[in-house]
Amino acid sequence: MAEKRFRVLPGFGLTMGFTLFYLSVLVLVPIAGLFLRTFSLSWADFWRLATTERALAAYQLTFGASLAAALINAVFGTLLAWVLVRYDFPGRRLIDALVDFPFALPTAVAGLTLANLFAANGWLGQFLVPLGIKGAFTPLGVVIALTFVGMPFVVRTLQPVLEGLDRDVEEAAATLGAGRLRTFVSVIAPTLLPPVLTGFALSFARAIGEYGSIVFISGNLPKQTEIAPYLIVVRLEEYDYAGAMTLAVVLLIISFVLLGLVNLTEQWANRFTR
Amino acid sequence: MAAIPQRKLTAGQRKSQRGTEESPFVKWTLITVALLFALVFLLLPLVNVFAQAFAKGTTVYWEALKHPNTLSAMKLTLLVTAVCVPLNALFGLAAAWAITKFEFRGKSLLVTLIDLPFSVSPVVAGLMFVVLFGLQGYFGEWLADRNLKIIFAVPGIVLATLFVTFPFVARELIPIMQAAGSDQEQSALTLGANGWQTFWHVTLPSVKLGLLYGIILCIARCVGEFGAVSVVSGHITGKTDTVPLHVEKLYNEYQGAAAFAVASILALGALLTLGVKTWLEWREQRLEELAQQAEAEVVDA
Repeated sequence: MAEKRFRVLPGFGLTMGFTLFYLSVLVLVPIAGLFLRTFSLSWADFWRLATTERALAAYQLTFGASLAAALINAVFGTLLAWVLVRYDFPGRRLIDALVDFPFALPTAVAGLTLANLFAANGWLGQFLVPLGIKGAFTPLGVVIALTFVGMPFVVRTLQPVLEGLDRDVEEAAATLGAGRLRTFVSVIAPTLLPPVLTGFALSFARAIGEYGSIVFISGNLPKQTEIAPYLIVVRLEEYDYAGAMTLAVVLLIISFVLLGLVNLTEQWANRFTR
Repeated sequence: MAAIPQRKLTAGQRKSQRGTEESPFVKWTLITVALLFALVFLLLPLVNVFAQAFAKGTTVYWEALKHPNTLSAMKLTLLVTAVCVPLNALFGLAAAWAITKFEFRGKSLLVTLIDLPFSVSPVVAGLMFVVLFGLQGYFGEWLADRNLKIIFAVPGIVLATLFVTFPFVARELIPIMQAAGSDQEQSALTLGANGWQTFWHVTLPSVKLGLLYGIILCIARCVGEFGAVSVVSGHITGKTDTVPLHVEKLYNEYQGAAAFAVASILALGALLTLGVKTWLEWREQRLEELAQQAEAEVVDA
């Protein structure tokens, strides 16, 4: 460790300089610019623009749908990760490779195909719509799209943990007379909780800012199926810059708080692994 | 660290482990539910893209792809990708070198800042560049006086794409280079190599898989970015429409089959991305196995 202080390797100035320059120009200056412009508004104006009835409805949908999608992913993503790691069945490798598909697929295509699947004449919609389950142009559609884009987070966070799980501990539990359910609840579940929480938080954070997949499936009706990022675009198209920036700052602050929470969860999780 | 390979157990050994396995009923119920979830949220959306793309026949499909507006959207997307990926790859290499080979204060803050674009909504990212370079923005007047256009033009699309794909390469490289340490580089320097030689012949070969992986993710996102680009593009048909924006426009103009046809190209790209990623992971695993085998043979000898 000590020799590192002498900086034997060259290039610190060059690489660090370029890193800081590039980071500042592309990330820090734009973020600071947005905050500075927004804070030139008076507090009263900011508050009024941030809490219009339409904005409140948009936040509510964004958070409600993101939470629902993250919960669905936490449950079914965990199940999928478990099945992929623990069991052998035909098509396992294909599904395993496909888990990253939502990451790789452009969000616009995701929205397009999901809207079509759940529409009244779509493959799934033709069965679901008669049952009263309308997936397209409803808040449910928003949840569906957000579940799709957030799913890999839970599965991919959980998989390495499941693979690294020590089977000896389960054997010990079984030897001591625990049934399979008891072993799962008292031995396996506690180890899985931190990565599930991390995956849940990542999926939730991603869902808050999601735009591309939702505009196709939600119908974007004001106060009904309009998400917060879409309202920003609407404000911008109305040349209402103050309104757009205010909503953007609210979203940014929420994202940063979430990022902090994700980091805290990860630190908490790492405490257990060490 | 000789890990016991779980999958190589014989049937007899497996049975003896019954205490640590679920009953077949539970097992197959879990598999069925998980597969249903994967079917609805992974397989059907994928297959549906191609089914809808060809729903009105191959003629409509090819017409949509050959349309001048589609071709110009593809050209723009390729141009943006060709500019953004090398820049972010260069940044990723520089940032990973600075962060992993040296000790300095504020390192964890720097890593957090590099990840920041991931937690910014794409729409907000686009808006930031409008605030900077739009007509009413900080540099709006200055740019207008000089007849320069950034927003509603290609430079704005490039900037927004750079922002959203900013962390991809860096975040792949940092953990790999951290794990590798800098002993090899130090040896190379001791043996008389200069800094560049060390980088080209020692560091780069050892991180090339990670670099390639980061670049692939970066390309996928560059091609597919929608929200950020949508805000800064201005949607001028044939000029500032990228492929995803063109898909949206076709969809809004009730040309569903054409929208799906263009979308199918993007979906093919996504499948290609997955294929290369799976291949890279397989290769890495294989290399590790070979290394373990060689190690075992040396120990035996």
